[in-house]
Amino acid sequence: MADITNTFAGIKSPNPFWLASAPPTDKAYNVERAFRAGWGGVVWKTLGEEGPPLVNVNGPRYGAIWGADRRLLGLNNIELITDRDLYVNLREIKQVKKDWPDRAMVVSIMVPCEEAAWKAILPLVEETGADGIELNFGCPHGMSERGMGSAVGQVPEYIEMVTRWCKANTRMPVIVKLTPNITDIRFPARAAMAGGADAVSLINTVSSITSVNLDNFSPEPSIDGKGSHGGYCGPAVKPIALNMVAEIARDAETRGLPVSGIGGITTWRDAAEFLALGAGNVQVCTAAMTYGFKIVSEMIEGLENWMDAQGHASLDDVIGRAVPNVTDWQYLNLNYVTKAKINQDMCISCGRCHIACEDTSHQAITQEVDGVRRFEVIDEECVGCNLCVNVCPVENCITMEPLAAGETDRRTGKKVSGDYGNWTEHPNNPSRVAAE
Amino acid sequence: MNSKQHMSGVVAGRLDASDIEGNFQDLHPPLNAHEAVVAADRCYFCHDAPCVTACPTSIDIPMFIRQISTGNPLGSAETIFDQNILGGMCARVCPTETLCEQVCVREVAEGKPVKIGLLQRYATDHAMDSKNEIYKRPAASGKKVAVVGAGPASLACAHRLAMYGHEVEILEAREKPGGLNEFGIAAYKTVDDFAQREVDFVLSIGGISIRYGQKLGEGIALEQLQSDYDGVFLGVGLAGVNALRMEGDDAQGVVDAVDFIAGLRQSKDKSDIAVGRRIVVIGGGMTAIDAAVQAKLLGAEDVTICYRRGKEQMNASVFEQDLATSRGVVIRHWLQPEKVNTADGKVQSVTLEYTSQKDGRLAGTGEMMTIEADQVLVAIGQTLEASGLGLPIKLDGGRIATDADGRTSADKVWAGGDCTNTGDDLTVTAVAQGRDAAEAINKTLKQ
Repeated sequence: MADITNTFAGIKSPNPFWLASAPPTDKAYNVERAFRAGWGGVVWKTLGEEGPPLVNVNGPRYGAIWGADRRLLGLNNIELITDRDLYVNLREIKQVKKDWPDRAMVVSIMVPCEEAAWKAILPLVEETGADGIELNFGCPHGMSERGMGSAVGQVPEYIEMVTRWCKANTRMPVIVKLTPNITDIRFPARAAMAGGADAVSLINTVSSITSVNLDNFSPEPSIDGKGSHGGYCGPAVKPIALNMVAEIARDAETRGLPVSGIGGITTWRDAAEFLALGAGNVQVCTAAMTYGFKIVSEMIEGLENWMDAQGHASLDDVIGRAVPNVTDWQYLNLNYVTKAKINQDMCISCGRCHIACEDTSHQAITQEVDGVRRFEVIDEECVGCNLCVNVCPVENCITMEPLAAGETDRRTGKKVSGDYGNWTEHPNNPSRVAAE
Repeated sequence: MNSKQHMSGVVAGRLDASDIEGNFQDLHPPLNAHEAVVAADRCYFCHDAPCVTACPTSIDIPMFIRQISTGNPLGSAETIFDQNILGGMCARVCPTETLCEQVCVREVAEGKPVKIGLLQRYATDHAMDSKNEIYKRPAASGKKVAVVGAGPASLACAHRLAMYGHEVEILEAREKPGGLNEFGIAAYKTVDDFAQREVDFVLSIGGISIRYGQKLGEGIALEQLQSDYDGVFLGVGLAGVNALRMEGDDAQGVVDAVDFIAGLRQSKDKSDIAVGRRIVVIGGGMTAIDAAVQAKLLGAEDVTICYRRGKEQMNASVFEQDLATSRGVVIRHWLQPEKVNTADGKVQSVTLEYTSQKDGRLAGTGEMMTIEADQVLVAIGQTLEASGLGLPIKLDGGRIATDADGRTSADKVWAGGDCTNTGDDLTVTAVAQGRDAAEAINKTLKQ
């Protein structure tokens, strides 16, 4: 049986599945239920500085988009950090950590961008026995208007500065949570590293408006007819998150920096993909908020079963395995030539491949052969783009078949080279490096 | 138990009124809004979709389904009505399992088609309930067309003509419009007086008037219509019925299935409709099924459909056959009626002869059997009452011969629906023919 125990930034947990800092981790009641269900750890919902409790809106906090059968695909929220008293939270954190010593207990923090504020709260958190802290530099709504959250995360110099303060004032590992609402994720990650961060976690939510009410023209979620951008999460953001995790994992400056992967993780498979792209563990929120805590058992078993089937003994065998395969476009092998192939026995003749190719691509799929409705690839036109595969409703009915070296590509009339050849050395590239 | 349930003879009220009412509920309950969106999501929006090709009225099915999925049911209904103004009825009575749904790629792939019929009903119900004005009649063209009959073909023809601004006068022999939609379809397929509501919807475009009690050949002559109107459309259906023509066929209890169904449809209270305790239905088409199932639902103990050929040759669709058997009707094949046995002028039983197919010809084997019955419902086909036409219109196989546009051999006279020699005897086919004839008439009138 595969071993999925996890050590992330020195923090141990029985599995790599943590609950992200969010409503599910706002109080002891929820967190204990989560631990009973099997979650490996939690990042306690963000604590703010001491003072009068924070105020949330009293109308809807969440907006969503759905698939046809109300499957929740994306969720956004305008909830702020915890609105409970600081000391109530600290007391509960301490008690829960005491009762569940084998689980990871990380506390998310967001206080103003002044060293005194961080100096004041860090000892209080440390006193709880928590395993680490996560700096919330990601929240894109509400708090950012007050100079916190993503307002910090969008300025690498601030990230470095605050991280440095924290490292100087606590023994606990410091995880810096990054916002995706920037142009290049490598810069905030490098800044966190420069500040001494033990790890980064990403992505926080994406600034978003989920929809507009077309009766009263209010954005959703609507608070008395008005809306504010919220943070978008759930399955819809996973591809964005995967790329950002990979960018950090393969960046020369941040390579080796532990990454906690967050963003639309719903199944064991999603988690495995994040791990493969370099995440040292994963954090989950929307899936739990949609289905409840029980889903973690599917994640644990699914991951174990997959690792067993693949012969991966521990998470170290998986983490980062796909990173070497993430490269720049210019290094992709231009001598790799594929053609779509339609399995006629599986084809149900819906014609979607034809119309997609005909209207929007390369006119490379027939709709009729000898007067009969039949969809066949015209190799002379097919550029191997994969659109037909993606629009075909039957899995594996259309496949992309690579041409073997020496075969003739009927579109170009050229023989396929067995050698690797990329853009940097392509004759059409004006800045080509001439071969020696 | 109702005291009349096991009474011999032909008796009304075999079941309690509430049971009968329950039995005649909507056969396919409509989809609610969420169910419709989920069902619509299964449609692949096929290119050059097979379902459209299979639809006699060529409704753009993927488009109307997409409109449902995008929350635009009114637009969806318009897509349907543009091709088929009786899309609401067709959604209820079309044998979709042998038309659009049979060729749905998901039927081919998974044996589970997109629920096209139910989705069509969802959209058309929405539009008709919304009372939106969908069609507006343009300025009057000054042309006037007579439409004979007020069944599906005629209504489709009249509506399309009105869309071009022509004035339409419908001449209907009965006292009510709708044709077979009103008189000839099982009640559980069109509940809540839908046929009449649909007629109102069709007529709401304006420019269409109906005169009742007007039967061709009885007071009105086709020749007169030819001279009084700019064009004539015949949608007279098949008003004649084939008789059994055998010993005992005049006995009390031998009933024409068409009349039986019409009586049911027109009754205010189905408890008033008398049925036998044991019933034999002769025939193998939709009429036989509709009569048999409804007789069973009224409380008949045994209902047996006897058809002279095999299951495959039955005109009734497999779905309809299965529906009948699921309601407790027994379907027996390879039996042809020999005589109706009577006592005191009342049906006692039916003697039938086994049949077989020899060299492509049907023949009795000589072996006889008898089924006890106090009622016989005859559903062996309907015929055109050609004598009423009064003009030498060319017939083909006993029905009016038409070209692809519905034009008959008589000047200025078009025809469509069951009375013609082309297409299946389906509501949807009648609608297509009425609509297409109207297009042809309009073209002629504009010349």
